Amino acid sequence: MENDIAQRDLAEQRRHPQHHGHVDYERQIDYDLKRHSPPREDLQRIPGWGSDLDHKNRPAIPMERTPPRFIHVTQGQPVQQAQTVEVFCSPERPGITPIFGTAQPPKWVSGAIRRLAYKLPENDLRHWLMLLAADRVNMVEGIVDDLRHGHVPNVLGEMGIRAELRHNPAGLVRKALITTAVVGGVMVLLKRRARY
Amino acid sequence: MLATNYRGPYRIRASQKPDPVIEHPGDAIVRVTRACICGSDLHLYHGLVPDTRIGHTFGHEFVGIVEEVGSAVETLKVGDRVLVPFNLFCGSCFFCQRELYSNCHNTNPEATAVGGIYGYSHTTGGYDGGQAEFVRVPMADVGPYKIPEDIVDDDAVLLTDALPTGYQAAEMADIHEGDTVVVFGAGPVGIFAAKSAWLFGAGRVIVVDHVDYRLDFVRRYAQCEVINFREVGDVALHIKKMTDWLGADACIDAVGCEASGSLSQTITGRWTMLQAGAATALFWAINSVRKAGNVSIVGVYGPTFNAVPIGNALNKGITMRMNQAAVKRHVPHLIEHIRQGHLNPKEIITHRVPLEEVSDAYHIFSSKYDNCIKTVLIPPRAGAARATAGSVIH
Repeated sequence: MENDIAQRDLAEQRRHPQHHGHVDYERQIDYDLKRHSPPREDLQRIPGWGSDLDHKNRPAIPMERTPPRFIHVTQGQPVQQAQTVEVFCSPERPGITPIFGTAQPPKWVSGAIRRLAYKLPENDLRHWLMLLAADRVNMVEGIVDDLRHGHVPNVLGEMGIRAELRHNPAGLVRKALITTAVVGGVMVLLKRRARY
Repeated sequence: MLATNYRGPYRIRASQKPDPVIEHPGDAIVRVTRACICGSDLHLYHGLVPDTRIGHTFGHEFVGIVEEVGSAVETLKVGDRVLVPFNLFCGSCFFCQRELYSNCHNTNPEATAVGGIYGYSHTTGGYDGGQAEFVRVPMADVGPYKIPEDIVDDDAVLLTDALPTGYQAAEMADIHEGDTVVVFGAGPVGIFAAKSAWLFGAGRVIVVDHVDYRLDFVRRYAQCEVINFREVGDVALHIKKMTDWLGADACIDAVGCEASGSLSQTITGRWTMLQAGAATALFWAINSVRKAGNVSIVGVYGPTFNAVPIGNALNKGITMRMNQAAVKRHVPHLIEHIRQGHLNPKEIITHRVPLEEVSDAYHIFSSKYDNCIKTVLIPPRAGAARATAGSVIH
């Protein structure tokens, strides 16, 4: 592209010698963004080019369209789903929604943090920061839960070590060496401190 | 059933979980035949989305066969082949009545800032997703779309999110004939946004990324110009040079919160989470668009805040439009484009992986190994599709 621009500049200098090589002069009086666009006949070789130029062909214009299309319109509000597990509700709503997910109900310490977080509105930054903190606590709880069920988690396997071995063996060796060096260094430091 | 099981940042596995059940008379249970890994799944996988609970099943791009329907379901029957838009929506709330299906107010109790989404944390409603053998599909009369016989599953699964999102990104950019459109991001959504920009009559389409194999792919697939931002110095300056010093008519952010390219954004957005992800692409989009141009955002950001040059946006008179794609609004139109040969979505699929290898599939997609662009997971009970799955580790 740089080369294209240089060639265009040279051509402009030859066309307009009165500018004394000042091609910017021509650019500044003749802004034309469209001049880099290929002619229409070239563009029309691209499959479908311009087929949605007409706004009538654009499915989201106007942005708000009533009545809604493409769905089976039901009468009234949806029937309320029965609540069988604890589900949190944003304080910025009047109550629970008619439909909701029931995956992974809150539990343990992370559940308690999340319970607190959902007492705060979404507009309060602490709401989101507490949820992120709960996620990290939940990660540790996940390992404890695995062990509780007699399952030792294959952490490296879960991180895709087999793919790393196949597609980036050199990188894997490098990461292993760095990890060993860091862990070894920390252990040496700790031993020294214990000696004194 | 076998399902993906999130265990913490960068850790995921496939394990057995109880089958989903009908919890509401409007529900259906769908047997999944294909489920994609979406770029936005990586935000979950990397632990950036608040309230992503251990044990969660990801997956909001899936197609399958209806296995069971609730007592109130009228339009679907057992055996129907359906694509399921990534958004859950009721069809009757204030927003659904205006066709804003991605902004439904009746499917996410946990937040008003976002609608319900399958397999995308409890911030979007706490629904398990489709990277599993079976999935609960609420509002079965409203969301799922019966796949026409002439549309293959590989195309249909991309109609659940990636293609409509790319198409809506181009539509929100309000492209006029001959416009110069810059797309930030050469992932699946950016690729489809670039391809869609031509449908709206663009005169130039330029895609910006730093992953060479993806730039090579999009240059061929979407017949566009490409910029590797690692090779050009300042991106906004480079784009100004390419556009007679005006800037592009429209810029599309198809990257979101895990952008590369700015150390300060990476440190504050990705490493220390002092902001809701690295907003590098949006920053560049605002500074690269011309005055009174359009910026369209479909890249996903977190719910807190981001450092972007909003003062420049004001002073330049930029129009900014953004939303999650209202998938079902676009599907019939996009099916026509597929039929006419304007779009061939399945060509971007690079990996078909058995669900059992989900840990490795995520790692490959996240690390951009093996020229990976789009990964499809195929569960054990997917039927004939299972034969197309190939191991990524053997």
